[in-house]
Amino acid sequence: MSTRIDITLTVNGEEIVETVEPRMLLSDFLRDRLGLTGTHVGCEHGVCGACTVRLNGVTARACLTFAAQVDGARIETVEHLGTVASLNRIQQAFRKHHALQCGFCTPGFLMTVQEMLETLPLETDEEIRDALSGNICRCTGYEHIVRAVRELADEREGAAA
Amino acid sequence: MKPAPFEYLRATSVSEALEFLQHDDAKIIAGGQSLVPMMNFRLAQPERLVDINAIAELTEISEDGADIVIGSLVRHAEAMRSPLLARRLPVIAEAMRHVAHLAIRNRGTVGGSLVHADPSAEWPLLVALLNGEIIVEGPEERRYLAAEEFFIAPLVTDIGEDEILTAVRFPEPPSGAGMAFDEVARRAGDFAMAASGALVQVEGGVIRDLRVALGGVGDGPVRASALEEELTGKPVDAVSVADIAELACEGLEPMTDLHASAEYRLHLVPVLVGRVLETALARAAGGRA
Repeated sequence: MSTRIDITLTVNGEEIVETVEPRMLLSDFLRDRLGLTGTHVGCEHGVCGACTVRLNGVTARACLTFAAQVDGARIETVEHLGTVASLNRIQQAFRKHHALQCGFCTPGFLMTVQEMLETLPLETDEEIRDALSGNICRCTGYEHIVRAVRELADEREGAAA
Repeated sequence: MKPAPFEYLRATSVSEALEFLQHDDAKIIAGGQSLVPMMNFRLAQPERLVDINAIAELTEISEDGADIVIGSLVRHAEAMRSPLLARRLPVIAEAMRHVAHLAIRNRGTVGGSLVHADPSAEWPLLVALLNGEIIVEGPEERRYLAAEEFFIAPLVTDIGEDEILTAVRFPEPPSGAGMAFDEVARRAGDFAMAASGALVQVEGGVIRDLRVALGGVGDGPVRASALEEELTGKPVDAVSVADIAELACEGLEPMTDLHASAEYRLHLVPVLVGRVLETALARAAGGRA
């Protein structure tokens, strides 16, 4: 039985070469092997969305992907968005609108919102709520998250006009 | 919450995947959106995992003559955005909007949804509605299966341990047909408590072809045959959808589970059938304005 798999991938722009056991989840690989603990592990069965990362440009659940599968892939985690000293626009909007309380779910939300802003019209709050439905937040009641995304979507339309 | 150890093999062709499947306890992984949760809970503990994500030939959406062929590795999000499907079978994109959430749609595959065979899932219903044919390759032969042959029971299909689902083939829909899909779930993206799709062809004011498929109310996708027989051949103006939608419940024995009672599912069926039939009729050439 092949128990070790060699993988080469790009994480947040940096090339990584590692050897992993087949059963190692991408979420554990990012956190335990690379120390990228911004990717949170909530339910580990794809329901809560806290571990959402970008895999080859689109969002994916890191807990439903094996590290062995991402050989040759490009991955971005929440650490790629911004830093404490220099928050990116999505993080700024979340801060302004109090779109987090405990913050556990926030990395997953930020990654999802990034894809939403790139791919969806987001004309109505209903559409925003629908697109956010794969991420669970137990603090905010979602209202403030929706407000943050509303501002970002309006800002995007303003910039496009 | 961590999977048991397994051997991991990456196949780059269907024949290589079939070779790797020659093992007592091998399982295919595609999008992994149903399999990996089961592995994390150790409800599934395959000794060998055959990764088919690198098999390029399974990723195509194409036309073969008048037929539409969707490779088993096509992701839900790709089917939702496909211009070809939007033109030929727009009901597919309409159904895909109900499949789980953004990140799951990016990874989950057509083939994975079909072999997982959740009775509430959208792809099995679409195969039943559109008279699709599921193509399965094995070491000896290639098989072509209709929905009623493929889906045996909840989470059980006719596919063998040594076989791989390579594509689903849809015949050209009847000319001018209107189609529609809708479902009701507890939250956006949850599995449907009940789902329905309809396809209607109207010619000279008469319903020539009418199909209604249901999900979440049986062992697999089902067709509402009593309703289909009642409406086929009827003048479209004489049809009152509200009066006949109840017929879709004939013969149904839905389950009661955490998500909904059998009684509630039976309540949803005529509501959904009414909606999709009205929409499909409005979309059909020569149908209702």
